[in-house]
Amino acid sequence: METLYNSMYYVGSAALILIGLYIILVKSNLIKVIIGIHLLDTGVNVLLVSVGYIKGGKAPIFTGTSAGPAQFVDPVPQALVLTAIVIGVGVIALALSIAVKVYEHYGTHDLRRIKGLKW
Amino acid sequence: MRKWIGAILLGFVAAGFFIALSDIPFGNNRMDVAEYYIDKGVAETGAVNIVTSVVVNYRALDTLGEVTVLFVASLGLGALLYAGKDGSGNKQRASLVVRTGSRILFPLILLFGAYIFVHGHLTPGGGFQGGAVIASAFLLQYLAYRSYRIDKRKFSMVESISGSAFVVVGLLGLAIGGYFLSNFLDKGVPYSLFSAGVIPVLYVAIGLKVGAELAGIVAGLMESGRG
Repeated sequence: METLYNSMYYVGSAALILIGLYIILVKSNLIKVIIGIHLLDTGVNVLLVSVGYIKGGKAPIFTGTSAGPAQFVDPVPQALVLTAIVIGVGVIALALSIAVKVYEHYGTHDLRRIKGLKW
Repeated sequence: MRKWIGAILLGFVAAGFFIALSDIPFGNNRMDVAEYYIDKGVAETGAVNIVTSVVVNYRALDTLGEVTVLFVASLGLGALLYAGKDGSGNKQRASLVVRTGSRILFPLILLFGAYIFVHGHLTPGGGFQGGAVIASAFLLQYLAYRSYRIDKRKFSMVESISGSAFVVVGLLGLAIGGYFLSNFLDKGVPYSLFSAGVIPVLYVAIGLKVGAELAGIVAGLMESGRG
């Protein structure tokens, strides 16, 4: 239980990633698949930030008064995740616009009923 | 059947996670790169926000690539959803509370977004966050007024000018400082608004570009509804 508590953020982010992958693999509704992609994306972001965390860490910004640089968390994963969040928004927006077009063309979001896309 | 195959595959992925993460204890010491950025960042870039100095100074080339990816995504969305016809999906009139509230909040949200990207080198935030806040102001307008339309030509003009400004600043750095996107302006005094050389300039360009792009994405999705 102690180790589970210590690595809580790892467990949570791995759970998000696995739930997202399960939705992508199993669900047949296109909107649900896009939700799964976003859950996977969020899980990866949480995982990256929590890898860079140190115990009792503060945001890596000098303010002149509060904690010194010894308490700063790793800034590199934060910069990476800042990038990843923006890319994620672009990917989701593009996926949703494709879903709009798929619905207009086939009249359904069910992947099993779209011709030429059989599992 | 599909569920069971999926669950078995996920079991393999989970085992992989467990093996990899059991070697990285949570909350341990930083890496050497992080130590370097934290120790030398303020002296080398002038920005007290270390994440900003990584995003817009040390790894500014990657940020240029990221802005390009967002641009391509918004271009693809515009190409997919462009229909010519103007189908307004939202038939129901928004309530009085939403309409009055959005009229009061709209300029304040724009101001807050601008504050976030202008102070990106001093406080949490920056161009991407400020741009997202600005786009949310336009989303609020779309939700409140069903006949509201943004002027797409002006938005793409802002987007092009700020995107070109990023590259021009990079090329000026190549001409003056010796390498692409070098910090050729005066670093100034840390903790003051006019410090950190080109970082605020680049973040203002990124903020305007991301704001215009995300507002265009919002407009594309809101206007594509089947009327």
